[in-house]
Amino acid sequence: MLDKFPTAPDAKSEGPISTTSEWTFELIQEYDQAIGELAEEFGLDTYPNQIEIISSEQMMDAYSSVGMPVGYNHWSFGKQFISVENSYQRGLMGLAYEIVINSNPCIAYLMEENTMTMQALVIAHASYGHNSFFKGNYLFRSWTDASSIIDYLIFAKNYIAKCEERHGLEEVEAILDSCHALMNYGVDRYKRPYPISAVEEERRQKEREEYRQRQLNDLWRTIPKMGAGREEKSIHRFPDEPQENILYFIEKNAPLLENWQRELVRIVRKLAQYFYPQRQTQVMNEGWATFWHYTLLSELYRRGRVTEGFMMEFLQSHTNVIYQPPFDSPYFNGINPYTLGFSIFSDLRRICEEPTEEDRAWFPDIAGSNWKETLQFAMRDFKDESFILQFLSPKVMRDMKLFCISDNDRENEIVVSAIHDEDGYRQLRADLAGQYNLGNREPNIQVYSVDTRGDRSLTLHHTQYRRRPLGKDSSEVMRHLHRLWGFDVHLHSLHEDEITASYHCPERGRDRLDHDEEPMLVPKPI
Amino acid sequence: MSYIIDRRLNGKKKSTVNRQRFLRRYKAHIKKAVGEAMTNRSITDMDKGERISIPTRDLNEPIFSHGPGGHVERVLPGNREFVSGDRIPRQGQQGGGGGGGGASDSGEGVDDFVFQISQEEFLDFMFEGLQLPNMIKRRLAGNESFKMVRAGISNEGTPGRINVVRSLRAANARRIALTSSKRRNLRELETELEREEQKDTALRDQRKLEALKKSIVDLRERIERVPFLDDFDLKYNLLVKQPKPRSKAVMFCLMDVSGSMNQATKDMAKRFFLLLYLFLQRSYEHTEVVFIRHHTSAKEVDEEEFFYSRETGGTIVSSALKLMRRIMQERYPASEWNIYGAQASDGDNWNDDSSTCHKILIDDIMPHVQYFSYVEITPRDHQALWEEYESVRALFPEHFAMEQIVDLQDIYPVFRQLFSQKVAA
Repeated sequence: MLDKFPTAPDAKSEGPISTTSEWTFELIQEYDQAIGELAEEFGLDTYPNQIEIISSEQMMDAYSSVGMPVGYNHWSFGKQFISVENSYQRGLMGLAYEIVINSNPCIAYLMEENTMTMQALVIAHASYGHNSFFKGNYLFRSWTDASSIIDYLIFAKNYIAKCEERHGLEEVEAILDSCHALMNYGVDRYKRPYPISAVEEERRQKEREEYRQRQLNDLWRTIPKMGAGREEKSIHRFPDEPQENILYFIEKNAPLLENWQRELVRIVRKLAQYFYPQRQTQVMNEGWATFWHYTLLSELYRRGRVTEGFMMEFLQSHTNVIYQPPFDSPYFNGINPYTLGFSIFSDLRRICEEPTEEDRAWFPDIAGSNWKETLQFAMRDFKDESFILQFLSPKVMRDMKLFCISDNDRENEIVVSAIHDEDGYRQLRADLAGQYNLGNREPNIQVYSVDTRGDRSLTLHHTQYRRRPLGKDSSEVMRHLHRLWGFDVHLHSLHEDEITASYHCPERGRDRLDHDEEPMLVPKPI
Repeated sequence: MSYIIDRRLNGKKKSTVNRQRFLRRYKAHIKKAVGEAMTNRSITDMDKGERISIPTRDLNEPIFSHGPGGHVERVLPGNREFVSGDRIPRQGQQGGGGGGGGASDSGEGVDDFVFQISQEEFLDFMFEGLQLPNMIKRRLAGNESFKMVRAGISNEGTPGRINVVRSLRAANARRIALTSSKRRNLRELETELEREEQKDTALRDQRKLEALKKSIVDLRERIERVPFLDDFDLKYNLLVKQPKPRSKAVMFCLMDVSGSMNQATKDMAKRFFLLLYLFLQRSYEHTEVVFIRHHTSAKEVDEEEFFYSRETGGTIVSSALKLMRRIMQERYPASEWNIYGAQASDGDNWNDDSSTCHKILIDDIMPHVQYFSYVEITPRDHQALWEEYESVRALFPEHFAMEQIVDLQDIYPVFRQLFSQKVAA
């Protein structure tokens, strides 16, 4: 992956910043300053940095609360903590060197056990790489508000603690469990939420409470209208359009939830929204940060600010980070996002600086252009899916020896549908991009209708992607949904408008239709 | 500009709450594991922490995901020999089992979720919900447990106990007392000054006026010099110790070490008592334990000897009961003490001795004890002793319990049964 070892230092240099592996606060400051100046030279635009030195135990704490600096309490974080602690104690796992939080100022954690080299690497990676990505990428710019997230987390933690006091641990835990089960379906994919601060959030929360109750009562009104002799014939389906944000729909429309329960739903939903861009830009985000720590530290070396020993240690961990085990290795665990992202960004720079004939054919717009601008453009306006589709070059596919297999359960054998050759590049690129499309990765499930006049049951539809059925957890998730909705819930899994499987809670007899049974037609809206 | 902050001194245990929530949620699993651990342990490390394993499927946090099936396209790295169009036979779960498009979670783990709980947590789970039944006698035991009670106001004390109202009131009183004569003088001087000033300008005695004014200023100063708050104004809340009525309890552990008890039964008996001992040590700080071991004759021994001595002989159960009776009479008057007995034996006894046991129990022991439990460790049929004890139970159903232990697995459940918390009658 490393195309070339960084070139030897220039003659006219200021001399290395440090020569031992011990770090001190002064040294960290010096490194940060040197890296920061370089980053500016390269045109990285960042939030101010807040670098915090923590111990390994604190790192485990941070780890288990998914990196949120202030997390509300829930058993699942405890489970996470215990498993991290276990594998760490047994030496199965090294801790992450860093955690970085998308906030303003951008908080990065450094572990005290790290050597000076590692600290410098982390500073370059997190405080300048990730940081500039958070500030630049369009998803983060439009979906999360770095300046208010910490405030919101504090509000959430306090609010949940208050609910626990008032309504009991079990009650709160039950609702949170159910919300977590549906967390991936608590995201607005197209609307942009308005960020607000904690104080304001609290004030609004009170307003919402009243407003919500009024809204609900209207929807569920059972008193017949005066003078309406008979039922109106044309009853609209509710909701008018299918809703993809299930948690939002529940927050606004579930008939039996108490106000505080609705607020919990909202908190989980907000967090899901906050993490949504991160889930969509993993390859880009890690690739970008890895590319910059490599570029920044190599440049420092070229200018003679770090020693060769430093470089050796750095390159060793860098190589570990971007190691991609082949598919048949026992260590294989999917495509390493660091490797993929780093390769694409590095190759982009190569295409700009030393384009080949192939590059000119594939990337006529960017071959030979200014690499800094091109990379900035690639970082700003894409997410994983479109980024891969746009910038995955044949060279990277060849280097990583990518190939695509097609596994169709209607056939007896798995087919290798494309490999890294002239015929395969385009399909490979499209398939890999599809693999990062959240819409394909997660089943597409939407709220379809509510029986507002009858038993108040809620019906969801799953639109199958390439006939892929739902996993075995689904009935379990339905129970959680039932807890939130309060009345019967149904989920139909559809393939080309035919229901191939149905889940109900409370369960009804058989779950799945047998193959020979005639598939039911989709019930028409009431 | 970057800020560098040292957070190492901040709290470490941020996740403790979450960890406890986790333990609480999986209590049932952990309890089961603790119970199993009890039977597998050697006596000496009965109270260590434990590795707990919980089946992963019970911990699952379900989400909607894709199941196996349908048409899946996967991109993989590291191709060596494939060219496009190659067909690969399906092997087992591979390929079809890959979840969620990303190849990340192929091969779902079925391993249990294993983690370590500390000794404290282990014992908590072990003895949760257990108690010594019928502990009702309470009396003033003298000098061990106190509570602090307010007992008025004192002039001495620690700054933390200052009574602000009383202190200021005292200061005010002192100021009034110390300045009253001066203020009276002041008032007189002031009226005199006034009178002087009302006189016609020509009649005024300038020198007298000056003198008056000077002494007024003088007096004012002296009044002001009286301090606002002085040391002896300070009043403190006085707290005194009041002895608290406390229950005193003693547990008699009676163990049969006769020749009929083989190594395995002795081991089980010891385990039982060790559990009991740990339980008392942990849950009842002020409980005394009397260890009695017996074969043909009974002997009071210390903890060490009770658990580790190898002395043995024939069996006369009544000897232990007699010794218990004597010790009760000598040292633990039933009027003051909550008395408990726990006896373990294999049920073998001299035939005519069992009726003696019955008699001692009924006449001298049961009327005075809060609770007496008997465990018989035998896989065989019950003998005379069991039958005699059954009749004791019929007489004192609330205060007498008996259980049988056949093998190691029974010890912990039987122990729990004997000492489980009864719903208040």
